[in-house]
Amino acid sequence: MESMHGKDQVLWGAALRCAALRGLLCAALVTAFAGTEAAQADVVLTLHAGQFEPRQLEIPAGTKTRVVLRNQEALPAEFESESLSREVLVPAHAEVAFYVGPLDPGAYDFFNDFNHAVKGQVVAKSLAGGH
Amino acid sequence: MGASAVIIFREVLEAALIVALVLGASRGIPQRGRWVLAGVGLGLTGAAGVALVASSATATLSGDAQALINAGILLTAVLMLTWHNVWMAAHAKELKTELTAVGLAVSSGSRPLTALLMVTALAVMREGSETVLFMWALATGADSGSGLVLGGVLGAGAGVVAGILLYRGLVRIPLRHFFSVTSLLILFLAAGLAAQAAGFLNQAGWLPSLGNNLWNTSGWLDQHSLLGQLLHILVGYTARPTGIQVVFYTLTLGAIALLMLVQRVQRQRSQVRASQPHQSTQHTPPSVHPA
Repeated sequence: MESMHGKDQVLWGAALRCAALRGLLCAALVTAFAGTEAAQADVVLTLHAGQFEPRQLEIPAGTKTRVVLRNQEALPAEFESESLSREVLVPAHAEVAFYVGPLDPGAYDFFNDFNHAVKGQVVAKSLAGGH
Repeated sequence: MGASAVIIFREVLEAALIVALVLGASRGIPQRGRWVLAGVGLGLTGAAGVALVASSATATLSGDAQALINAGILLTAVLMLTWHNVWMAAHAKELKTELTAVGLAVSSGSRPLTALLMVTALAVMREGSETVLFMWALATGADSGSGLVLGGVLGAGAGVVAGILLYRGLVRIPLRHFFSVTSLLILFLAAGLAAQAAGFLNQAGWLPSLGNNLWNTSGWLDQHSLLGQLLHILVGYTARPTGIQVVFYTLTLGAIALLMLVQRVQRQRSQVRASQPHQSTQHTPPSVHPA
């Protein structure tokens, strides 16, 4: 159910954006990407015991990926990354979903803005066999 | 204790500096203190509400929705600051004479008091909700001692003091230059907030990034250092901006400056016309009439 929900959100978001920005031309793209988005599972990033888990979060390069951040700490946290241009607040014992990418292959630093010692990296990898 | 003090300080600092700037820039406008105070009250209430909703949510929160709310708040604040600055472009002279105790009443009607109220409320709400969320977690957390809470309170106090210092510094500026300086500060503040909004709109997927990390001045001035943070709040310093942020910054700066200029020119023209009722004098430079 979770992944269906995610897929729906992606498609609706994409459709709205298209209507606002590019019009009909985009409709074809949405249909074209529907397959790949559906196959795309969420990536889970957990914050517990004062650390991000995993500290190296692998995602496929060149694809918009949905990240679910679970905060199991007693304090709120803020996922922040300058190289990813992301700033996402997550209350204590809560979870928040956001998107990263599509990214070029490489490593992207992130940290908890409420505790800069807590750090990690998003590692975008090109799929084996892909160009 | 130190950690929580720093976090809360950073959150409160942003709101405090914005309120101090707005309070300074609106000097001489009757009743502005009451309206700004009401804004702070509204903002705190809103912050508590946001924090309550966010912390009681059981489902997965949407990062996109969060980004859009942030962008909405920031862009509304930009509009209000624009309104304020454009109004000031027309009325700074009257306010100056009022402050020098000549006692000329400021033309009422469209005084930007609503703008003051809203900017204050929005700034306090945006930064305050994170503060409230954090303090609430500290106060109720089983594993956190009272030291953390004390740290948070000290941090909040330090943020407010920074705001007061900025205000005290502002009012020392000679009256001749005062409104030019504050208008310029508000102009850059608005541009910086617009750039932040662009970042959130890009995050939610509503705008293209037009290039990530257009440049990187982190090695030069870290955005998370105290100076970097101050410049980030006041003039929108961003060490690694996206293209769309630079576009928003530049457009906002240009648009507000243009509106202020137009307003000032119109004002001067209408004053010249008022002091020279004869048609034939239209093309001669304004001259001083003998009293």
